[in-house]
Amino acid sequence: MVAHYVMSVDQGTTSTRCILFDRGGRLVSVTQREHKQYFPKPGWVEHDAAEIWRNLEHLAPEALHRVGVDPRQVAALGITNQRETTVLWDRHTGNPVARAIVWQDTRTDALVAEFAQRPDAAIVQERSGLPLATYFSAPRIRWLLDHTPGLYEQAERGEVLFGTIESWLIWNLTGGPDGGEHVTDVTNASRTLLMDIHTLRWDPELLDFFGIPAAMLPEIRSSAEIYGRAERAVPGVRIAAALGDQQAALFGQTCFARGEAKCTYGTGSFLLLNTGDTPVRSTHGLLTTVAYRIGEEPAAYALEGSIAVTGSLVQWFRDSLGLISTAPEIETLARTVEDNGGCYIVPAFSGLYAPYWRSEARGVIVGLTSYITKGHLARAVLEATGWQTREVVEAMNADSGLALTTLKVDGGMTADNLLMQFVADVLAAPVVRPMVAETVSLGAAYAAGLAVGYWPDLEGLRRNWHRAALWNPSMDDERRMSEYANWKRAVERTFGWLQPGAPE
Amino acid sequence: MPGPVQSIERAAAILRLLARGSGRLGVGEIAASLGLAKGTAHGILRTLQGVGFVEQDKASGKYQLGATLLHLGTSYLDVNELRSRAINWADALAARSGEAVWIGTPLDGKVLIVHHVFRPDDSLQSLDVGALLPLHATALGKVLLAYDAQAAAALPESGLEPLTRRTLVSAAALKRELAKVRELGFAADVEEATLGQASIAAPIRGYGGLVVGAISITGAVDRLCPASGRPDPVLAGSVQNAAQMISRDLGAGRW
Repeated sequence: MVAHYVMSVDQGTTSTRCILFDRGGRLVSVTQREHKQYFPKPGWVEHDAAEIWRNLEHLAPEALHRVGVDPRQVAALGITNQRETTVLWDRHTGNPVARAIVWQDTRTDALVAEFAQRPDAAIVQERSGLPLATYFSAPRIRWLLDHTPGLYEQAERGEVLFGTIESWLIWNLTGGPDGGEHVTDVTNASRTLLMDIHTLRWDPELLDFFGIPAAMLPEIRSSAEIYGRAERAVPGVRIAAALGDQQAALFGQTCFARGEAKCTYGTGSFLLLNTGDTPVRSTHGLLTTVAYRIGEEPAAYALEGSIAVTGSLVQWFRDSLGLISTAPEIETLARTVEDNGGCYIVPAFSGLYAPYWRSEARGVIVGLTSYITKGHLARAVLEATGWQTREVVEAMNADSGLALTTLKVDGGMTADNLLMQFVADVLAAPVVRPMVAETVSLGAAYAAGLAVGYWPDLEGLRRNWHRAALWNPSMDDERRMSEYANWKRAVERTFGWLQPGAPE
Repeated sequence: MPGPVQSIERAAAILRLLARGSGRLGVGEIAASLGLAKGTAHGILRTLQGVGFVEQDKASGKYQLGATLLHLGTSYLDVNELRSRAINWADALAARSGEAVWIGTPLDGKVLIVHHVFRPDDSLQSLDVGALLPLHATALGKVLLAYDAQAAAALPESGLEPLTRRTLVSAAALKRELAKVRELGFAADVEEATLGQASIAAPIRGYGGLVVGAISITGAVDRLCPASGRPDPVLAGSVQNAAQMISRDLGAGRW
């Protein structure tokens, strides 16, 4: 049978999606299922990895079934995933040993502070390119090893395995306890704090620093190469790509050249700038990360600006405040007023990420007066995403020495016209959405398709990119500057809220 | 003529019951009050919940009337919600057809453009979101009229505004056209709004098949209607397919 399609699995923070793409990079079929979020304590966020796997087992065949496609018509499957989320599982039973600790989880706060006190702490940033922070996987592995009796010994014997979500899914797809492949890709490995960003191998000294046994780690592979064939869910289909979600979006936006950047608006938002074949060290709070590696070619690197809370602020507005019933209604509500009425929301729910990296900060709503309505609050919610984008873009310009002229955007929030216009306004630069807003999924599909020769080269992929929408800045300079100054003052009010040593 | 549908009668009784008290009721209480089996009551409640007529309190599991009932007469699907749910399929339609895509909903006797995807040729285009178009001269408008008898009846008998010499300006001609739209499942305008331009539109349906909007492609008349001024059947099929995919996401079931 001729292979007509590439399948992409996007295992995200709130849901798992399976999308079938055709050769033009066009969407053919989509299935999606949400999974349960566990918040057992303040600052803790967990997922049930077994539930996520069950969802994929259901979604992948269903995506084919809906359009009457046989697995033999699928050239390859690519996986993209929520990054840094940590799964530990039993090699023999295939069961997770605990719930997965999600990237937003801050339980390793104290542990990370302890690590930071050590005299050799500087090697973390030096080797991994990342700051020592709760955001990444290594402290979570250590936390799980510390809090489960006997686990460390099992991990040393290789009976308990570690993986980020893509590892867990590839292992299960390729057979699980019956010979599943225990692999990860360079982009996901680059988010653990355990990989040397230059050699792209696990670093023995970093393993030693965090006290993590090498036997539990997956093998680091390229982002695009054939890892194996699926034994389950879509039997026979080649698993040919894995990329962290943000790197996948960069790839899906075809930002293959040095200097090209994109911002993905989801639960959090992430701006990545391709820096070519050299890792660039940031002095403005950005992360150095691997962008992708195709087969045996040299890896491409990126600078990343991470914003913790954007879409999740809208979800909070919906679920915790109950002021809207669906996320897109935020735009309807925001349009009931002309401006923010002087109100600003800084959503430092679990501290501030780039460019501040202040874990002790907590969120504020400032400028409240009796004039403020829920419409103004809705505006302030959307504007928070705009201003946070602006801060990251400034850091990116300073580090790279380039000035961003256009921002390529993607992700669910790009459906919000008011927000996209506001981003263009505060950046004073055009904002462009490509024809496939699902660039995360598309990136994984592209990488998988490249690995099996379904698409010949990067240039071919570039020709699939088309502009679907464009927002031009229309805010006057004076207003932009005064609003930005207000935002900055609001941000300052979040600093130092958590007292060291005090319980949350 | 068939007799009354029992499950609808029961659903109506449940709604009356919930409207009567001020508090919430559990499935057991509802079943007992109406003399129904618990499973039957549960099935009806779940269906009513699906269409938004009742809501279930997360903590207690009890049911109450849904907010949707309060604005039954107004648009029940938020336009920003519609865009959000349609965006992937609108993109795919633009990519497949090579034409610009619009999604429209009715607003005060016009078509409101709620979503716009550029023609994928990377030429300079600007977003038309928020624009209002006439119902009678556009494919989007004809779809909205074809499935809304009241809106169609509200149009004047004669003297519809001509935008081009091809615009349908008599109510009779438009009425025939709308019957054709219902028969074919799609609408077209061929140089009726702008000379040189044509568009093809199909209905987007929500729960129960109610038409909540329309999706269209718009482009040069020689591309959309290559043979004798009739819409290209392959393009029309793509538009209908996109509309069906969105409808399915919106819960329209068999459409």
